[in-house]
Amino acid sequence: MNLLGLLISSIFVNNIVFMRFLGCCPFLGVSGKLETAKGMGLAVVFVITFSSVMTWLAYNFLLAPLGLDYLYTLAFILIIAALVQFVEIVMKKMMPALYKSLGIFLPLITTNCAVLGVAVINMNEKYDLLTAVVNAFGTAVGYMLAIVMMAGIREKIELNASMPRCMRGLPIALITAGLMSIAFMGFSGLVK
Amino acid sequence: MTAIIYPMFVMGGLGAVFGCLLAFASKKFDVAVDPRQIKIRAALPGANCGGCGYPGCDGYAEGCVLGACALNKCVVGGAPVAEKIAEIMGVAADDADPEVAFVRCQGTFDKTNKDCVYLGIGDCQSASVVPGKGPTSCAFACMGFGTCVKACKFDAIHVVNGAAQVDRDKCVGCKACVEACPRGIITMVPKKKMVHVACSNPMPGALVRKVCTVGCIGCQMCVKVCPKQTISMKGALAVIDPSNCVNCGLCASKCPVHAIDNSKAKPVVVPPASVA
Repeated sequence: MNLLGLLISSIFVNNIVFMRFLGCCPFLGVSGKLETAKGMGLAVVFVITFSSVMTWLAYNFLLAPLGLDYLYTLAFILIIAALVQFVEIVMKKMMPALYKSLGIFLPLITTNCAVLGVAVINMNEKYDLLTAVVNAFGTAVGYMLAIVMMAGIREKIELNASMPRCMRGLPIALITAGLMSIAFMGFSGLVK
Repeated sequence: MTAIIYPMFVMGGLGAVFGCLLAFASKKFDVAVDPRQIKIRAALPGANCGGCGYPGCDGYAEGCVLGACALNKCVVGGAPVAEKIAEIMGVAADDADPEVAFVRCQGTFDKTNKDCVYLGIGDCQSASVVPGKGPTSCAFACMGFGTCVKACKFDAIHVVNGAAQVDRDKCVGCKACVEACPRGIITMVPKKKMVHVACSNPMPGALVRKVCTVGCIGCQMCVKVCPKQTISMKGALAVIDPSNCVNCGLCASKCPVHAIDNSKAKPVVVPPASVA
């Protein structure tokens, strides 16, 4: 599969939220406002891309040669958590502006299943490093797309005063997410 | 044997390496934070409610240190926390006036009348979209369905006999009721000021008289009697500028329709246990 195809596939066809149903918690929790959704999306792009490199290296140079594949869940979580912490500390010092915009979201996604999921997918598909990074980036962009779209819709829904009280907040958000998921099914078969 | 040794060393090694890395990074990339900020953050309740206007308690602590905001903004902590922050910052407790909500209507069932019987959803937001001026005969009156009561987290506002009343002692000034009221008749007033115009109807006196016995009729008696000249007319509605008011209560005693509320002279209202 060429890289462009993989990129499109990971953004739309195999969208991590709507097709794989990973990362649903922050997808619903942080999609209340467009501004925070953007921050969250950027943080996810950053963390997933970065962590996929590290987990790929750890898996192919440390775990696999020693026959410790079965420890991948443990190792990946450890690597991702430590990496995010490290990046957060460094960013606070070196790039305060970026830290201000991403800072509060970074710890939130440290052990998020979407981040771990991408690492596991990369491993299962036996991608090489470049492919793995492209896949990770595409998946993260897909996540950002999903959460920003959701936030935009939810902001509009909030303004709708005729919404029945029992549907306000999460109920209508869940229905919206379901409808968006169905809409994304339309992409299936786009990339062979 | 290697099946145990390898995982032990690999995972243990990874953990140790990352641990050292983080410890090193936290020292090497340490960001100097104003110690006062840490102390203020510790003094704050940590509810991250956003009542101060900052996204969380961390933001507010930073704002305090930078001098970007008043020290008494923490709604949850109230006066005790404000004092603590002031102590940390080394200034006298901020004597900026705390504010309380005030309902600019006293149209209880006996003072005003309802034009129609409203049987819709028992909520002011719903009632306010009824065509015309809603269920009340006065378009500026409290509808008494208690949307403000539901909005209040501090049990400080109650509907008594068809009109909302604020408990000045319980009110923390969070403005939740001000935002909840679809008619906008709840306003914030300085807590120290006792005398307020309890009417929002700017219509000429004759029209007000028809719908309410305690509505401001615009006679300007209060304007004339005020020793500080702090009352002005907005349309046919008296408006007291609280910054000059000295709580003398002359206007309240002279008002022919008793549209000016003087909390100093009023007995404390005990709200009934359940209000429809």
